[in-house]
Amino acid sequence: MSDIERHTIAVLVDNEPGVLARVIGLFSGRGYNIESLTVAEVDRANSLSRITVVTSGTPMIIEQIKAQLLRLVPVRAVHDLTAEGPAVERELVLVKMSGTGDKRIESLRLADIFRARVVDSTIESFVFEITGSTAKLDAFINLMKPLGLVDVSRTGVVAISRGGGKF
Amino acid sequence: MSTEQMNGAEMVIRALGDQGVDVVFGYPGGAVLPIYDALFMQNRLRHILVRHEQGAVHAAEGYARSTGKVGVVLVTSGPGATNAVTGLTDALMDSVPLVCLTGQVPTHLIGNDAFQEADTTGITRPCTKHNYLVKDVNDLARVMHEAFYVARTGRPGPVVVDLPKDVLFATGTYRAPETVEQRKSYRPQTEPDPARIAEAVELILRAKKPLFYGGGGIINSGPHACKLFAELIELTGFPCTLTLMGLGAFPASDKRFLGLVGMHGTYESNLAMHDCDVMINVGARFDDRVTGKLAAFSPHSKKIHIDIDRSSVNKNVRVDVPVIGDAAKVLEALILALKARRFTADQAALGKWWRQIGEWRKRDSLHYERSDKIIKPQYAIERLYELTKGREIFITTEVGQHQMWAAQLFKFEHPYHWMTSGGLGTMGYGLPAAIGVQVAHPDALVVDIAGEASILMNIQEMSTACQYRLPVKIFIINNQYMGMVRQWQELLHGGRYSESYTASLPDFVKLAEAFGAKGFRVGRPDEVDGVIKEMLAVQGPVIVDVVVDPAENCFPMIPSGAAHNEMILGPADKKSSGPVSEEGMVLV
Repeated sequence: MSDIERHTIAVLVDNEPGVLARVIGLFSGRGYNIESLTVAEVDRANSLSRITVVTSGTPMIIEQIKAQLLRLVPVRAVHDLTAEGPAVERELVLVKMSGTGDKRIESLRLADIFRARVVDSTIESFVFEITGSTAKLDAFINLMKPLGLVDVSRTGVVAISRGGGKF
Repeated sequence: MSTEQMNGAEMVIRALGDQGVDVVFGYPGGAVLPIYDALFMQNRLRHILVRHEQGAVHAAEGYARSTGKVGVVLVTSGPGATNAVTGLTDALMDSVPLVCLTGQVPTHLIGNDAFQEADTTGITRPCTKHNYLVKDVNDLARVMHEAFYVARTGRPGPVVVDLPKDVLFATGTYRAPETVEQRKSYRPQTEPDPARIAEAVELILRAKKPLFYGGGGIINSGPHACKLFAELIELTGFPCTLTLMGLGAFPASDKRFLGLVGMHGTYESNLAMHDCDVMINVGARFDDRVTGKLAAFSPHSKKIHIDIDRSSVNKNVRVDVPVIGDAAKVLEALILALKARRFTADQAALGKWWRQIGEWRKRDSLHYERSDKIIKPQYAIERLYELTKGREIFITTEVGQHQMWAAQLFKFEHPYHWMTSGGLGTMGYGLPAAIGVQVAHPDALVVDIAGEASILMNIQEMSTACQYRLPVKIFIINNQYMGMVRQWQELLHGGRYSESYTASLPDFVKLAEAFGAKGFRVGRPDEVDGVIKEMLAVQGPVIVDVVVDPAENCFPMIPSGAAHNEMILGPADKKSSGPVSEEGMVLV
């Protein structure tokens, strides 16, 4: 289908046992896509957690996803950051490289261009830490592949709206 | 008073009392023994002992749907909870308010595969509106009160409260309902947006071929919503059709009622759905049994959709004016706004529309071939209706052909008198539901219109009916087949009746007697009236085995994958309409 859209949705939930299972169960039970999902407590005093989920579907499905999320009892608010205006989206990746010689030097040079940081190093390995948009991280990982990439760990997207408004 | 100390089990009983609960349907077991002990030491709360936990949930559904109150279930851990799952799913699909208390192994054993342990909150998460696992006795009172609030407000539904045994023994502080603050995350919208009301009014003012399409949401909203719905129909003079769940929301005897809509709805209802120019959906959800082929569903209409559940809007059918809110509040606002605009219908257009509907009505789509040799199932149900007309009667059903015939032929004048499993289509629903209805209305006439296959799915509940002397009447339309399965096999699978015939049915008369009830059998059309009168004269529970034509099919029918204007009207009609499309075959 041509009218598939990708949306980043922020879901504010009561931080209680089972809440993530409710959200994930909703997506799997109703056959919605999850491209990425992150979750962490953001306000301990109010026991509030923020789930950022990147999903895709037709406009009708996206509307359903939001309505279904809002129907869950522990869900306080649902914000479609893609629809509600500009938002900043970031992801963090740890990339483990192994090797010596030219490839090692080249990977370090590219890391510098991408503003990745070295967070661990041995004589024959690096771990790079890099943040950015999903597209930038994909590009970085692709460049690293022929240079001795061993493993990748990604956080998935976190996002927040631009400007002074909430969410 | 509101901060008394007591143990968890006492707290459960106390909370039920404070929530106005007078009856619980349940079955004891190891994990809930403390609650049963607390139950033993009081006499305010009545307990109905069922024979299977599924029966407890359906009984609570029958109780809830015939009273508008929250039904309460009490079952033990493990198999007690898993047996309740079908009932919970049924209640979720049909928006029935329930609170189901499940026992659980002690908190320190959770996750250890202990005896009769099941991950109840995990298993019931997708089949409840919400669920709780209480790990601290001091949370228990709050959770109990919140469970009732969640179950009955917004779009009602089942709520599970899972209670580990050590929490039931622990002592803590009880809190009364009024001291529990509402959670921020759960605030159902009941008041409609005035801008949406204005848009709806504009559409109604311009309508030339309007139609009301009412559903169970009107009944869930309450008797006041049903009154307002009738008032709006009176004010506008528009025709009205109802879904399976909506029957009773508007008096069936009213000339503006076109009958049931959907797969086995009347010709006039379905063609009016197809041809209308403004559709006003009040508390229905465009279920696939109603819409048929989505691409061809009511192609020329502007659609207004009134629903308390935002997720019901634009799920299957894209609507023009969604109005989120409680049906009563929305209907009230609509009536006020229409009166403020001095509403008068376009009489010329409406007259023409009614004449067209009159033409459709002349097809008499519920007509069937009568026989004086063999009982036609429709005849049996028709006679039951005629012979009980004027009395207050509650009807429950099982699932299948008999259910559709009951929906077509019984004329419901009032809400809360029709209990059937719509969304989930649960065979075995009718008998336990009838028990729940009878518990709520001890002196009323309660009839389960059943099929011989469905009734066997929860026949053990006859024992419950007899124990409590509940005079439920079980009216079995016995065609020896799973009739609806047989009908689909005839129409879609070349008459290959794979496993739809029950070769070894019990003798239902003897079965009734074995339970301590009365049993009758009837096989001749001229004896139907007599047996119904006999059934009605019996004080206790009765099973009537009505031996009917095994080959009868339920018409009219919109074959799966077809549109409303492609109905099959009867046996003579089916050849002309050709085989069901391949797309239609894969649909349920």
